[in-house]
Parts: sequence; structure tokens; C-alpha cells
Amino acid sequence: MAERSEALQGWRLPVLVVLGVLLLAGPPLLTSYWVGLLTQAVILAILAMSLDLLLGYTGLPSLGHAAIFGVAAYGVAVLSTRYQLGFWTCVAGGILAGTLLSALLGLIVSHVRDVYFLMITLALGMVLWGLSYRWIPMTGGDNGLSGIPSLEAHAGLPFSGPIAFYYVALFVFAVSGALMAVLVRSPFGLTLCGIRESEPRMRSLGYNTWLHCYLSYVLAGAFASVSGVVWAYYNSFVSPTYLDLTASSELFLMVTLGGPATLIGPVVGAGVIVLLKNVISAYTARWLLILGIVYIVAILAAPKGLWNLRRGRS
Amino acid sequence: MADVVPALVLERVSRRFGGLTAVNAVSLVVQPGERHALIGPNGAGKTTLFNLISGELRATDGRVRLFGEDVTSLPPHTRAARGIARTFQITRLFPQLSVLENVLLGCQALDGRKFTMYRRLLSHADLVEKAEALITRFGLAGLGGERAKNLSYGDQRKLEVALSMAGQPRLLLLDEPMAGLSSVESRSMQAILQKIDASIAVLLIEHDMDMAFAFAERVTVLAQGSVLVTGHKDEVGANRAVQEIYLGTTGEGSGA
Repeated sequence: MAERSEALQGWRLPVLVVLGVLLLAGPPLLTSYWVGLLTQAVILAILAMSLDLLLGYTGLPSLGHAAIFGVAAYGVAVLSTRYQLGFWTCVAGGILAGTLLSALLGLIVSHVRDVYFLMITLALGMVLWGLSYRWIPMTGGDNGLSGIPSLEAHAGLPFSGPIAFYYVALFVFAVSGALMAVLVRSPFGLTLCGIRESEPRMRSLGYNTWLHCYLSYVLAGAFASVSGVVWAYYNSFVSPTYLDLTASSELFLMVTLGGPATLIGPVVGAGVIVLLKNVISAYTARWLLILGIVYIVAILAAPKGLWNLRRGRS
Repeated sequence: MADVVPALVLERVSRRFGGLTAVNAVSLVVQPGERHALIGPNGAGKTTLFNLISGELRATDGRVRLFGEDVTSLPPHTRAARGIARTFQITRLFPQLSVLENVLLGCQALDGRKFTMYRRLLSHADLVEKAEALITRFGLAGLGGERAKNLSYGDQRKLEVALSMAGQPRLLLLDEPMAGLSSVESRSMQAILQKIDASIAVLLIEHDMDMAFAFAERVTVLAQGSVLVTGHKDEVGANRAVQEIYLGTTGEGSGA
């Protein structure tokens, strides 16, 4: 199929190989600072890919996706620090919290499209952010929740340290990425693309498009929750900033900058944003200003995203 | 014919937009396998009537029955599941997807496997075969990998019809399939339409009278939202009011 065979044309395959080698073999050779950045990029890449299911494949622009991710992270934090529950309970609880929340919100948001979808997800995201900020007895409010046990200790792994954590995150990333890659090539994945391209036509062909949009939203929420759980363990701390509009916008930027509907693009986007954010923050506090400029340049130079650069006409 | 369940029955179907009555108390019966043309001047309400039949619009008044079942309040996708398919006057394809993917979307639309998430689409060999057969049948062989938006207009119109046929409908609504085609393309489209299985009822909107009368045995003329006349094409062709509408004859006894 056209889209698939083009996927790895030209410079993409070598770049992919270099990235793969870097992700697999790089960390033992890097300083802990860079291992940290790579870990962040890998965890957020899961989140960016999950938004790609919605934004790139289904054509539903969510500006509240970070809220789902944040709720899953809070799930882990609350269960592990307030209730001292075991590792797998916390993991399952975090994923379940985010997924059930998506299943609930999906009932509302799946009715609207385009800019209305953007606005309603933005509004719901803000509500959840407000909740994390104000429900102090549960969330700790502005202070957040700290003291999440280290993943290695909590899971009883025989190894520990930043590099060990990195490989755990990489494993979760690889499994999630593979699942999503299968999903987008399945009949269901094509259905999502069809809805993005022409929803009225899909309806007249016999698709209950509401149901497919709903499923897409819940699945994206489930993968976002996986990312949130790993993120909570990585930072051993959660705060309302995980859910805020800035987080959702950065995430949106990862997908659009990297190249929507490619899955790989958002991974690249996540890497670029994490890198820029950390490098630029070392020099200036005006990170968002730089981010805005990057976005404008990207839209002008690569309107379809980095991964679609020089894909030629089509 | 008495005991055959009609493919489509419209019972005094109306649709009002505010103060405007676009479709006014239209009644119509289409038998299984019938070739029925719907003609009328611009703004007569033909496409609105199609939207009421396929479910894009809900009727303000009246009933729509498909194969004996009242579908008046059903949405488009459940009507499609009951055997109805349509094309659009303004081409509605999936522009960024390949021709094969376009047709596959039609083929899997009424198949439970559209919910499959864990298996590659292309590993469903029967779906792919069916889609490729349709592509060949509609004269698009060799274009399967091309994106729909890169096709010529004529090929897009063919794909439009191929897409509607993919779900194996029993009632097909064709909204001006010939519109905008060159005479060569138009002839090849006519050949395609002639080959539509005789068991499928076809309701065709067409501006070209010759084409409409060549294709259909029954003709309904719509004017200002109402049925002006309906019947066998010979009766309709001989009807004075119809001739006035199409030939612009002025005179007494206008039925419009």
C-alpha cells in the first residue's frame, strides 16, 4: 500500500538504524545526564505515539491528552505512597485509572470533531489539572506527591540505577510501539484513517464512526496511561504540571513536529522536544518562547513534520 | 410482483429547512432489481431526497421503508447494514489513502473484522482479493497503489461507484455518476453501470435525459420538491408537463 511502502524511503531507513543503535547501545557509553534525557525521551515517545493514534490517524486533535497521562501517574503515586501497595497493583492501578477516565471522557468527547474536539479536550484537561491542584488531601496540591519508591526496588528487580531504569523504559516503549504499529496496520487502523479522511463517507459505507472514535480515544488513553506510570516511577514524584496545558501543548508539538500518522515521527518529535527543552533551559528561562519559534519554523519548513520531509509530492 | 417486498418505499416523505420545504410529501416505490431514474431541474430536491433515503438527513414527515423495514429514524450506518449504498454528486473519497485502501474500507465496512486490531489488514486475503477484483472490474487495474487524490477526475468517479458497490448492496443510489465526465469517460461509466448485477435495485439521479431514459425503465420527475409524475419511461416521456419543464414550452395546462 502506498503509505506503507513509502514509509522508509530515502534517508529514513539509515536514520532509523542510527536511532535504533543509539537507543539500544548508547546509554552505557553516555553520562548519566544524557541517559536521563534519553529515558525521558523514550517515556514521552510512548505518550506522543498514543496522541498520534488520535491526532494523526483518527484526526481528533486532543489538547488534553497530558491529563490522562497525569492521572495515571497520580494513580501510581497515590497507591504507592498513601496505601503502600505493591508494584503490580500500582502499575495496574495507574493504567486502569487513566484508561477508565478515558472511557468516561470518551463518552463526551467522541460526539464532537475538529476545533470543538480541541476545545472540549482542552476544557476537560483543565478540569483535571484543577482537580490535581485543589484536591489537596489526595494529591498534595501544588506540592505534588513525592516518595514514590524506585521502580527497581518496588518491582524487586535484581539490578538498579539509571541505566537499568532506562532499559526497562526502553522495553515498555518497544512493546507499546509494536502494539500501536500493529494496530494502525489492522483493519481497525484503516477505519481510523478513513474517519480522518471523510467521516460522512464512512457513515454511509456502514461504519458507526462514533464507536470507532470512542475506541480510538480509549486506546490512546490506555497507552498514555502506560507512559504516565513509567513517568511517575522515573521522577518518583508527581505534580499538577504533568496535567497542565503546557504539557498537552508540548505533546501536541511532538506529534505535529515529528510527523503525524507515522508513529515514528512523534518518537523523533519527542526526542527533539526533550533535547531542546533541556538544552535551552540551561541558558534561558524563556523556554516556551523558543518552543513557539521552533514551532513556527517547523510549520514553515516541514509542514508535514520532520519524518515526512522531502517525501515529495503526494 | 404483489408479494415481493419492495426494496424502497417512501411514504409522503417531507423535509423542511426552516421555511423552505425542500422535499414535499414524496411517495415512491422501487422494486428489487428495478432501474429507476430520478430527474428534475436544479433545486428540485433530488439530492435532498437521496439524503433522506440514505439517512444523512432525517425526514421531517413521512416514512422510509427499506426492504419492508421502517428505517425512518435510523442513522446512515445502520441503513447501510440493511443493504443500501450510495455515491455522492461531489466525489467523497479518502484522498490520502491508496485506491486499494479506499476499496478495502468499503469491503470491510459491513464485516465484523473491521474491529480487528491485532492482525494486519493485508493478511486478510479474502478482503484484499475482493477489493482487487472490484478495482479491476471498475477499470482501475494497476492503480491500486496510487493515492485517491492523484487519480484523474474520471477515475475518481469510477472509484466513487466502486466504493459504493464494495459492501454488496441491494439498493444502490447513484447521484449523478456522469457529472463532469468527458464523453469517452461517460461512455465507460455507462458500460460499468449497465453491468451492475440485475438483482440490485438502482435509483439514479441524472441530468442527461437520454442517459436516464436509456438506463431506467421507470422514471420519476421531481419539481420543486414534489413528484410531478412517476411511471414507465414511455409514459413519462410523453407527459406534457415534463416536456414543458425540460423544453421550456409555455402554454396552458401546466402541471407544475
